[in-house]
Amino acid sequence: MICFELSEEQSVMKETAAKMVKNLIADNAHQMDEDGHIPDEYLNTFWELGTTPYMIPEEYGGYGMGASPLMNSLVLEELAAGDMGYAVAATLPGLMVQAVLDLGSEPQKEHYLPDYCADTYTTGTLAICEKHFRADPVEPRTTAVKKNGSVILNGEKCFVPMATRAEHVLVGAQLDGENALFIVNKNTPGMTIGEREKNIGPNTLETFTVSFNDCEIPAGQQLGDGQDQQYQKILHRTRTALSAIGTGIARASFEYARDYAKERVQFGEPIAGRQSVAFMIAEMAYEVDSMRLMTWKAASALEAGNDAARSSYLAKLYAGEMAMKVTDFGVQVLGGHGYVRDHPVERYYRNGRTIAVLEGMAAV
Amino acid sequence: MNNMAKGVLRPIARKYDEEEHAYPTELDMFKGIQIMGRPKKKKKEDDAPAEGGNGKTPKGVNLSTVATIEEMCWGDAGLLLSIPNAGLGNAAIAAVATDEQLEKFGKMWAAMAITEPGSGSDSGSISTTAVLDGDQWVLNGEKIFVTCADRCDCVVVWATVDKKAGKGGIKSFIVEKDTPGFRLETLEHKLGIRASDTGTFVLDDCRIPRENLLGSEEVKTQTEGFKGVMKTFDNTRPMVASMAIGIARAALDFLKEQMEEEGSEPDYHRNPNNVSSIEKEYYMMEANLEAMRLLTWRAAWMADNEQFNNVEASMSKAKAGREGTRITQKCCELLGPMGISREHLAEKWMRDSKIMDIFEGTGQIQHLIVARNVLGMSSKELK
Repeated sequence: MICFELSEEQSVMKETAAKMVKNLIADNAHQMDEDGHIPDEYLNTFWELGTTPYMIPEEYGGYGMGASPLMNSLVLEELAAGDMGYAVAATLPGLMVQAVLDLGSEPQKEHYLPDYCADTYTTGTLAICEKHFRADPVEPRTTAVKKNGSVILNGEKCFVPMATRAEHVLVGAQLDGENALFIVNKNTPGMTIGEREKNIGPNTLETFTVSFNDCEIPAGQQLGDGQDQQYQKILHRTRTALSAIGTGIARASFEYARDYAKERVQFGEPIAGRQSVAFMIAEMAYEVDSMRLMTWKAASALEAGNDAARSSYLAKLYAGEMAMKVTDFGVQVLGGHGYVRDHPVERYYRNGRTIAVLEGMAAV
Repeated sequence: MNNMAKGVLRPIARKYDEEEHAYPTELDMFKGIQIMGRPKKKKKEDDAPAEGGNGKTPKGVNLSTVATIEEMCWGDAGLLLSIPNAGLGNAAIAAVATDEQLEKFGKMWAAMAITEPGSGSDSGSISTTAVLDGDQWVLNGEKIFVTCADRCDCVVVWATVDKKAGKGGIKSFIVEKDTPGFRLETLEHKLGIRASDTGTFVLDDCRIPRENLLGSEEVKTQTEGFKGVMKTFDNTRPMVASMAIGIARAALDFLKEQMEEEGSEPDYHRNPNNVSSIEKEYYMMEANLEAMRLLTWRAAWMADNEQFNNVEASMSKAKAGREGTRITQKCCELLGPMGISREHLAEKWMRDSKIMDIFEGTGQIQHLIVARNVLGMSSKELK
């Protein structure tokens, strides 16, 4: 049954995340972005809300509440409205957990999930982007070759979030013409984490290029039974997540521009009184709503266990386009003031561009 | 619904596009169905609210209506507008008529006449006058762009009883077709929705019974009457958005058929920059269509749940009107020769969809309403 209203539980979750962002992130986001650093304390504050252990069933050490793609979408939007890098970093453990829960074998769940029930922030990561022109997560150039009960990985991944802090790295690679995911434990010989990457944004998120040179792992570390079908399922979750993140960034830009336009006086009245400005703001408003509804549609499909290929793909495609459009308007409404780093709209603009390009990062 | 659109409307779509103003006899099958009725009233308090707003409607009716309209317009938008007894006037009557008026006019086909040569978006500025003379109202003025002008049995005419009172003086009057002083002057020749008869009426000392002032006593005396009618647009906006969605979807479905015949199936996984140009355009249009539909369903859902949906309704029409037009235009371009030939319906869908961003509140007005709403600004602060 279609419903456009949040349940009580969903509202509470959304408000909790929003409050945390307001208290912790809102006033610190600018400095974190300038510093290129998220204090551990902020990651632990979110960790202590328990969202990661909540997803993990009791038999693996968690609280066993299960994960809800819709809830995760709400949380991601709130966090991303505060800061995109924070949204990814804080929820990154969940990405690993979701992948193992969704696609892992029983022994894999038993082996890996307990690590994510720790008292303090503990994370894994996903290595799915590649550097070359026209890179495509469904056509990875990273290869996996089976040999004597092992798998040998070769290739290079980029935009791997928090790689130096990850207990485990999930790597997308091609095995005998099929796409598969492999779990590589930290410090495995043959896996080299490069210098921290420098990107247009999000500055707060540490991302790395990770190289695999004859990196050997046990065959049992191929996630689940490794069908291409399953690999795609990760993308459904990550694309929906990026759509939620894009919605948050766009919303932040819209709200800031809206409030600014009402205060800024030129030609004797607030600039919001001029149609050229007001119409930009109107478009920002309904595109943010559209992005959110498309995110929810994909998240609902995932929640119901239905095929989310089309809805997640279209949601992310739309969010990528609209995050750019909305954040562009955000800078434009502020004019020259939108161009300097004193206001956050330039940060939203830089981060907004990445939605269309990135894959992975987060999962619902 | 889709079978109805495919089986009944599509086969005759081109015929009535070419034979503008011909009466679509095939639609007479709809005559028996009362599309815009009012549920049986239980008690006195079920009378339409004083603001002249919407009567109580059965649960879920807005959402099912928008879904139905989308399918019908996937068939043919002009023909949807030509369905007997489903005029905009019928909606007004269903919403605010007294029992007696409903009894007398409820089964007629009623058009709505608002626009005048000098009053388009500024519907509050209409100049058609209504003067009370004994037992009759005397109406004078000219109304243009009236849908179903030729085929309707009666017309709900907006007129002012006191120009100095501005919007407060505007009321609606039911005028039956054969009334002396009421004449259908001309029918328009249009870019699209040619199956729909659009006409101009002249009111020349047109006398109607006093009882034909639409609505209850409260509606008649309150100055809120205008605002009340504007509120009914909160319900019709998502419907027009749905029309835009149906037409756009028709174009997109046709494009998809051609692509599939050629061997390209959407795969929803590859990097969108690694697919052909036409595939990427297709994905973007599909995504926009989803957005249009979700905004529209949200507005309809809110109406069904008795939530005030003024901004959401305008958002849905703003987005759908604009994007629907873009989608049909783009499909014609991508279809190449098939997109401009009258052998296929694509060119007609492009012509049909343009009006969706214009009537029932232009896209500019919709953006203005959304802007005022999200900015919290009045019409004085944001013109």
